Amino acid sequence: MVLVEQSLNGLQFGLLLFLLAAGLTLVFGIMDFVNLAHGSLYMMGAYFAATFTAWTGSFILGVLLALGATLLLGIVLEFVALRHLYGRDHLDQVLATFGLILFFNDAVRLIWGPAGLALPLPAWLTVPVQILPGVFYPAYRLSIIVVALVVAALLYLVVMRTRIGMLIRAGASNREMIGALGINIKLLFTLVFGLGAALAGLAGLMQAPILTVQIGMGENILILAFVIIVIGGIGSIRGAFLAAIFVGMIDTLGRAFLPDLLRMVLSSAAASTAAPALSSMLIYLLMAIVLVVRPEGLFPAAKR
Amino acid sequence: MKKAFWLAGAMAMALAQPASAGDTIKIGFVSTFSGPTAVIGNDMRNAFELALDHLGRKMGGKPVEVIYEDDGQKPDVGKQKTEKLIQSDKVDFIAGYIWSNVLLASLKTAVDAKTFLISANAGPSQLAGELCSPYVFSTSWQNDQTPQAMGVYMNQKGVKSVFLIGPNYAAGKDMLAGLKSTFKGEVVGEEYTVWPSQLDFSAELTKAKNSKAESIFVFYPGAAGVQFLNQYAQAGIKSQIPLYTAFTIDELSLPLQKDNAIGIPGAQEWVNDLPNPENKRFVEDYRKKYPGLRPTYYGAQSYDAAQLINSAVVAVKGDTSKKDEMKAEMEKANFKSLRGPFKYGKNHIPIQNFYLQDVVKDADGQLSLKTVATIVKDDQDRFADKCPMK
Repeated sequence: MVLVEQSLNGLQFGLLLFLLAAGLTLVFGIMDFVNLAHGSLYMMGAYFAATFTAWTGSFILGVLLALGATLLLGIVLEFVALRHLYGRDHLDQVLATFGLILFFNDAVRLIWGPAGLALPLPAWLTVPVQILPGVFYPAYRLSIIVVALVVAALLYLVVMRTRIGMLIRAGASNREMIGALGINIKLLFTLVFGLGAALAGLAGLMQAPILTVQIGMGENILILAFVIIVIGGIGSIRGAFLAAIFVGMIDTLGRAFLPDLLRMVLSSAAASTAAPALSSMLIYLLMAIVLVVRPEGLFPAAKR
Repeated sequence: MKKAFWLAGAMAMALAQPASAGDTIKIGFVSTFSGPTAVIGNDMRNAFELALDHLGRKMGGKPVEVIYEDDGQKPDVGKQKTEKLIQSDKVDFIAGYIWSNVLLASLKTAVDAKTFLISANAGPSQLAGELCSPYVFSTSWQNDQTPQAMGVYMNQKGVKSVFLIGPNYAAGKDMLAGLKSTFKGEVVGEEYTVWPSQLDFSAELTKAKNSKAESIFVFYPGAAGVQFLNQYAQAGIKSQIPLYTAFTIDELSLPLQKDNAIGIPGAQEWVNDLPNPENKRFVEDYRKKYPGLRPTYYGAQSYDAAQLINSAVVAVKGDTSKKDEMKAEMEKANFKSLRGPFKYGKNHIPIQNFYLQDVVKDADGQLSLKTVATIVKDDQDRFADKCPMK
């Protein structure tokens, strides 16, 4: 029973990471663009949702408006700033998008203040639901799992079954070639970036009611998103999906069961101190192993 | 180029100290002014500034200059800032410190330089015990004291078993150890989380729920306290297993915790409604000076730190080279503390009362903290015997 619940916790965390990583891997894979400010879009999604929910008084409406706003923000950001960096070195891109992180953090401080916001859930999402006889699970975490799975399925359909998706995949394998074939690659890039931004915003706003909405909330989780795209293979949605689930599971199950395992060999005090440190290392250990065995990631996008 | 040179010169002049050393009382203040816990540092600075206002911005007839430094909640940064304040700014006193791990990293620098350090919050067990120093005073508590009081309260309520959750750093370990030292029931489980990065407690809450413990005790200061209560309520555990806390619900987190905090008891040495006149004036003036904000225990302790420093400076009539006399004066705790009078133990940690606080709606319809009862009177920390000072 505990295992079921902990697995759901891991799955929920993994799926959330997938939403963040999906946008990142698309942008990195297709445009060859390193976007450190992806975490800022995650943060903006959460801030937008908190603000719009407070304005409209409706959680659903607030969330939908916030999604639109993050999509728009992503498109504007791409159009105004990032477009000019595509031809540049990765280091320039890192520097510029790092600057954007600082910009967004201070913009948020100016607009919303330093204290952070709360995004309260509607009453129907705060009750635990019975998923198996005797096993209760928070309704909201369950709805994150459902929404993320639906989004993942839609993303799969769009990328694998539509013309736009074909172009995206082609762009990930060979950027110059699809440009040469007369595809409007600028428009494609803007669309992909907007999509990535909306996905990051979705992850941020879904995480917001669990955590608080605060400045810099996207920075820690962005590191995990990078780990995921490295494990999954850059540019691969399927890779990002599987790697995200792996990472979510390892993180949660590590935290859940490692202390008890360690207590079998260590003293109780030493085990409870070592376990959190060790379980947060497991993910990076996985990444290191993957890098040694398959340097291109588990599911690399088709060769260039 | 030439213009830039003159401009730089003018700026340097403007930045230069208005008075040479000796004419002012210099105080360094290290706290967190950036990142998610910056609200705590701001509250401490607000209260410290209010104390200076109340003192006419003078101590022992000399003007006071305070230099605030941001530790970013990182021990290494805190140590650097402490070094900078002591070695290049040559402050007479250094105060502040929210985080036990930051204080422990910075301690040696202050003690080696024989600069008085006043901790306005952090109270690691080492500081009260083997690392106690004639140059270090606390206007807060030793970490274990508050959860110890909570343990006493849980015994009174007849709680039989508890599941402990806290962050994996110096203060987190002290807090859980403190509770265990007084709680008479069974400790069913004990979980530590990665600090300060871990904000999702789903795995720990699931374990607590399935542990069949009668109660949960947590220590999550700052924003983490908001997140914990959120997830505790969402998981539906609030209606099943009651929660007991230390330093998890305060006036900064309450506006974000909202109804999640109702009915969850905490222990504290200071609550905003303590009836002494100094405290009434402090709370009133704070709310007047900083509209929309309410002071927390972090602020109250910082206010006391300014008063403690003032008592020492007044005793030597502004001559801060008389360190022994200042130390002797501070050991008397000869000032009107906001929590009411207290005495110092030989390790310079207050011997003081701890109160039970509850969340209620106040006259303005806002959620606020209220003193319900005195849990322990004149409590001394359990590490004082390990302190070699007399």
